[in-house]
Amino acid sequence: MIVAERKPFDEIKEMIKERKKVLNIGCGTCVAVCLAGGEKEVDVLTTEIEMARKMDENPIEIDKITIERQCDREYLEALDDMVKDYEALLSMACGAGIQFLAERYPEIPVYPAVNTTFIGINQNVGWYEERCRSCSSCVLGMTAGVCPVTMCAKGVFNGPCGGTNKGKCEISADQPCAWYQIYERLEKQGRLDEILEVVPAQDWENQKPRTVVQPGYEKVKEES
Amino acid sequence: MDDLKSGSNLEKVLKAGHFAFTGELGPPRGADAEEVREKAQYLKGNVDSVNITDNQTSVVRMASWAACLILIQEGIEPNFQMVCRDRNRLAMQADILGAYAHGVRNMLCLSGDHPMFGDHPTAMGVFDIDSMQLIQMVKKMRDEGKFLAGEELHGAPKMFIGAASNPFADPYEWRVHRLAKKIASGVDFIQTQCIYNMERFREFISKANDMGLTEKCYILAGVTPMKSVGMAKYMKAKVPGMDVPDELIKRLQGAGKGKVAEEGIKIACEQVEEFKEMKGVAGVHMMAIEWEHKVPEIAERAKVLPRPEV
Ligand code: SF4
Repeated sequence: MIVAERKPFDEIKEMIKERKKVLNIGCGTCVAVCLAGGEKEVDVLTTEIEMARKMDENPIEIDKITIERQCDREYLEALDDMVKDYEALLSMACGAGIQFLAERYPEIPVYPAVNTTFIGINQNVGWYEERCRSCSSCVLGMTAGVCPVTMCAKGVFNGPCGGTNKGKCEISADQPCAWYQIYERLEKQGRLDEILEVVPAQDWENQKPRTVVQPGYEKVKEES
Repeated sequence: MDDLKSGSNLEKVLKAGHFAFTGELGPPRGADAEEVREKAQYLKGNVDSVNITDNQTSVVRMASWAACLILIQEGIEPNFQMVCRDRNRLAMQADILGAYAHGVRNMLCLSGDHPMFGDHPTAMGVFDIDSMQLIQMVKKMRDEGKFLAGEELHGAPKMFIGAASNPFADPYEWRVHRLAKKIASGVDFIQTQCIYNMERFREFISKANDMGLTEKCYILAGVTPMKSVGMAKYMKAKVPGMDVPDELIKRLQGAGKGKVAEEGIKIACEQVEEFKEMKGVAGVHMMAIEWEHKVPEIAERAKVLPRPEV
């Protein structure tokens, strides 16, 4: 899933300090699961802003709503009649959701209340770790399920580099060396010979905005 | 001459079967060419080629290729270090062509330290290609006269291609295979990480000998004399992939006040003596970090002078 973190409160407050009537919009999908921008977090932030502005003697009228997904037109539609009553929108969705919201209401200023952090996994309640950089050319089959693009600090394709240190990456004693893990797993699987060949330079597909149209759905795009 | 890949002095020395002795110079943190010239004077005539580091430890310095040109002006052969951290494949190929056009004939292809260690810790690490792919790219440019993407270039950069190897990093069993991969990618010579654990290096080189790797490329053993006990301890504890045995630290401690640096040089010279006799070792890469003025003395005492004229 997509993992996000709420922005520091002061940053959010500063962004909207001139705005008197704001709608805070949460998202019920990824950011809700990672406890950054779902209904509960929307409640907390909205109350916080209200109180802080009151204390600053700069009162604000702030309402809240959480929709199922901000990255989906179907759910955004529910906001169409509401948003015109507001001077600005605050979004607690991921970067994709925020952009889709801003795209739908181009005349209204939209502010992000979270920093979108990564595509990751849930290690435990409230604890998430990055696992994928969505590079568009997955090599996990070759690397025993450890991503060299994401998990190796230098994105090395023929590792480990000279900085590998007793199973850890040179950047930190807390960060496992991805290539050490790749080596260990491949060894266990008897597949070390598969990384004896040099992997040639990667064709980066993620250097421009990407579009996916699934097979069979080409028409949908043409028609819109 | 015809069968030389680059015709660099280093290549000729190695090819003629001499025991090579290379040095290292870190460019200044500024635009003062004099600083480079000063350091270079200590190396002139005492080494076959001088590695010019490329933003070493991720700290901004005068460009490696630029300091290489100053060395050429001084009549010293440079070895142009290039890391994968700071430029993408376009910039790398451009710099290779430019450096060659100005007379640079040796290159050392490296990953580079992570930006977080340096003076701009939040800089984007480029790592468009890795060190192995960089080797392949230089070889393709040199031998096929083609850019990485396959198009022809006019005037191939005939570089003598080097890379680093760390015989001590984990997984230990994989080290020789990674060396083999570098050779398969096209390296002509290797300069190893600083060696302190001679025992483990002997094992490494004998494995490399068994696999026939030392016949396919020249291996220069990396030596850095210890200046102080603190430096030895720091390297042991803080520098990733560095193997500093306790006995070495004890020996330095035993040297007594004011004599540690002298002991460090003595140890380094003993190492050079052993490398001269070691099968599979074609030379020594002396990394006297910020100690360039000691190189003449070290070279003298390690009995590697005069350097061969080839
Ligand atoms: S130490 Fe391992 S994970 Fe870290 S940069 Fe090097 S190869 Fe990648």
